[in-house]
Amino acid sequence: MNTSIDYLGTKFPNPLVLCSGYLGVTASTWDNLARKGAGGITTKSIWLNEHQGHSNPVILANEDFIINAVGVPDAGIKKAVEEFEEYLKRKNGVPLIVNIIGGKMDDFVAIAEQVDKLKPQLIEVNMSCPNVEAEHGKPFATDCPGAAELTRRLKKVTKIPLIIKLSPNVEDIKAIAKAVVDAGADGICAINTYGPGMVIDIDSAQPILANKFGGVSGPGIKPLAVKAVYDIASVTDTPIIGMGGIKTGRDAIEMMMAGATLVGIGSALYYRGEDAFKIILDEMVEWCEKNKVKSFKEIIGKTHKVLKMEKL
Amino acid sequence: MDIPKMHRIKKIIVENPTVKTFVFDCDFQVSPGQFVNLWIPRMDEKPMSVAFADGKELHLTIANVGPFSNALHDMKVGEQLGLRGPYGIGFTWKKKQKIAMVGGGFGSAPLSFTAKKAIKDGCTIDFIIGARRKDLLIYTKVIKKLKNTTLHIATDDGTVGHKGYNVEVLEQLLKKKKFDVIMTCGPEVMMAAVARLADKYKTEAQISLERYMKCGFGLCGNCVVDPTGDTTCTKGPVVSLSYVKKVKEFGKYHRDAIGKKHNF
Repeated sequence: MNTSIDYLGTKFPNPLVLCSGYLGVTASTWDNLARKGAGGITTKSIWLNEHQGHSNPVILANEDFIINAVGVPDAGIKKAVEEFEEYLKRKNGVPLIVNIIGGKMDDFVAIAEQVDKLKPQLIEVNMSCPNVEAEHGKPFATDCPGAAELTRRLKKVTKIPLIIKLSPNVEDIKAIAKAVVDAGADGICAINTYGPGMVIDIDSAQPILANKFGGVSGPGIKPLAVKAVYDIASVTDTPIIGMGGIKTGRDAIEMMMAGATLVGIGSALYYRGEDAFKIILDEMVEWCEKNKVKSFKEIIGKTHKVLKMEKL
Repeated sequence: MDIPKMHRIKKIIVENPTVKTFVFDCDFQVSPGQFVNLWIPRMDEKPMSVAFADGKELHLTIANVGPFSNALHDMKVGEQLGLRGPYGIGFTWKKKQKIAMVGGGFGSAPLSFTAKKAIKDGCTIDFIIGARRKDLLIYTKVIKKLKNTTLHIATDDGTVGHKGYNVEVLEQLLKKKKFDVIMTCGPEVMMAAVARLADKYKTEAQISLERYMKCGFGLCGNCVVDPTGDTTCTKGPVVSLSYVKKVKEFGKYHRDAIGKKHNF
């Protein structure tokens, strides 16, 4: 089976992309994961200037969930340029999605202008991180006017396809999705982490994360993520990168049936190890072959089609 | 489960004016060279190599060097701290091997744990400890008492043992005898010198790499090395000589908490 898939004009060798925030600090890591089967790599969020993350602990995990408040540490655009150039040298054929972040809207625009010069295949905008709220306030992706205005401003400074990463922590994700698409978003990535949540150590009665609260991910959020992607796909044809608790090939197919073109892999690296991409892709291919599916394209949004048929 | 759990400090041993060993009631099964993450609530959490563990007690030998270890050194017996782990890959040996251990500074702590286990498998050990001054040496009394173990000391100022570096002592030994493996833990510049000697004398080596770790289980990506992109917390911290030769940054640079490079 040919596993490659087109997303916003870029050919991905397979639909499984590394979610932003997992690993992803250096070009070496991007390349390492590409060679371990990732179909695409999303960088950690890049700031214009150096940005310190939170103190440790920053990630807690068990069989049920992962919670993180890493706080988006990054060394800024200068390092990003160096890593980007190094990645191109590795020539592994796996596209890079450069994820950007800022505090104020002007900061987002400034980093977008700089990243535009690198001419990456795609830019993803992290306007939905729940872990820098204390510093920068509610994420832009939590209200329609803010999300739309930021999208409009970013579209003015770059012609590279722009993917907006949405927050699930909103009343109506459909409305936000529509707002950013109307403002010019080329793609949507959904979802960022839930919450924030909290873990308390009962022996000390203290919160464990140094930031006290953190975004929740892992297998438990998968049904919520599937619904969010399903909702978004019901109001727009804008191609979606779907993510949230994907652990198996069946999970990834489910996410595509909800409407995703690409599927993000993050927590699976914890649950299934560093070969998660290969394992999950093999499971997807096995299912497709058994079910006479010749191309992943056939399953994108399939559940929408099935439900439409019912209505007729 | 990668969430810290509180453990009681059972005993505190003063090793020297700046170093204490904290003994915890803890049932972790630890291989020498592995590390645990030590959490002080609302302050910070840091990876610490284990100085001893037997499934009942766990020892961490910690120098007072910054705010975190300051707070730790103020702790009393009976207080509780968070632990999670153990993480990573430790030192490995086979029965009856001849081992050279090269510890720089506090690197002697995990190596002494390794020595205690290895001699039970019939290994013989030349243990070389290096420190800047006599009062900064740790674990010499413990190592002296180990059977089939010869202790060699090097101090920069010559206040005790060889005047100069521990790697100079290692080379003297390598000239005289053949070792099955060299194990080293300490400052990276020193370990890079050990690796060069191991290469020169065609001897296998195991090197305990130190990189800025956050999660400890391969997700945050902060402890990665160039150009392999491997996370040190899962591929290491103890790695082989052949691996370290692939790590171009070894002995040259490392990355900080935001991923920025710093030269050694």
